[in-house]
Amino acid sequence: MRSLLPLAIAVLLAGCGKAHEEKPHKAPDAPVSITNAGQQIDAMRRGVPIDKEASPPPMARVENFDRPRPINYEMQPPTIPHAIDNYQLTVNTNRCMLCHTRSNAEKFQAPPVSDTHYVTRDGKILEQISSRRYFCVQCHVVQTDAPPLVENRFQGLDTSFAAGETR
Amino acid sequence: MSGGRVRAMWNRVWSWISPYWDALRRPSVHFSLGFLTLGGFIAGIFFWGGFNTAMEATNTEAFCTSCHEMRENVFAELKTTIHYNNRSGVRAICSDCHVPHDWTDKIARKMQASKEVWGKIFGTVDTREKFLDKRLELAKHEWARLKANDSLECRNCHEYDSMDLTRQSPRAAQIHQRYLGTGKNTCIDCHKGIAHHLPNMTGIPQG
Repeated sequence: MRSLLPLAIAVLLAGCGKAHEEKPHKAPDAPVSITNAGQQIDAMRRGVPIDKEASPPPMARVENFDRPRPINYEMQPPTIPHAIDNYQLTVNTNRCMLCHTRSNAEKFQAPPVSDTHYVTRDGKILEQISSRRYFCVQCHVVQTDAPPLVENRFQGLDTSFAAGETR
Repeated sequence: MSGGRVRAMWNRVWSWISPYWDALRRPSVHFSLGFLTLGGFIAGIFFWGGFNTAMEATNTEAFCTSCHEMRENVFAELKTTIHYNNRSGVRAICSDCHVPHDWTDKIARKMQASKEVWGKIFGTVDTREKFLDKRLELAKHEWARLKANDSLECRNCHEYDSMDLTRQSPRAAQIHQRYLGTGKNTCIDCHKGIAHHLPNMTGIPQG
């Protein structure tokens, strides 16, 4: 009986192996590169057929040149002209306000936060930034060098004013 | 306690110690001078090497993250930062920033750190909530330490004299020149929370 035991185990194991044998995976098709990224706005697949795998365009880089960009329309929140990687903007701390708070703005040569940001919704003027303006990146965002998804003929504030004058 | 009782106690202790003391003072009978000096030298190498190896073992990331307090709080936070993950793949481990590299300073820090063993045994920060409650105090200790040694652990890698300011963003170059270059400020004055999340920073100067 004892001599049969290894044999039984071997048979059992062989059975297991058969049962779990998998079919070889089919080699995936070569990825299709996204060529017309700038022309259409199929954001999900960018025109790549549903049975093909897309090879994504290179990741865009955040512009980091520290010069304020012109705004495009009245009351536009200015965009951030520098990288903000790993800036902690939490309930505990606000990295943006290290430089952009009124008291530090000159020291760090940063544009101070607008006066409107120190006013509560009841019109009360505060010493610290109002909590409704606390999370800066709700309105102010970095810009990347990504190509626009669709053609855009929007003209900014300055250009439309200039066009108005000449008309 | 009267003088007589102290003397009696000392006599009892001495009677217990004196055979060992005498053996230490007497010249060796069985072993040669060469064996004792060379043997002592070799044993010294082993003990010293063993001591330093054991101490270096407590400087590894595997050791630090063997406790869930470190692994699930500060180490998890480190992973998203540039000191763990970056373009060139050079990275810092816990001891690079939190333990001085020079031997005497390292021993001093390791002796301080024995309190952390106490904290581990008695579970001072063994839940996330306890850790968050204590975080400000723990952070303040590290800020004070780095302020006192002029951000030595930062400067072990980041030397001002080797910084190419032209390759920094204009904003960073200007601030570094004005405050770091003149010695007015040290790294930790502005770069708090570069590797971990910050506690509530109300009332703490950050720049």
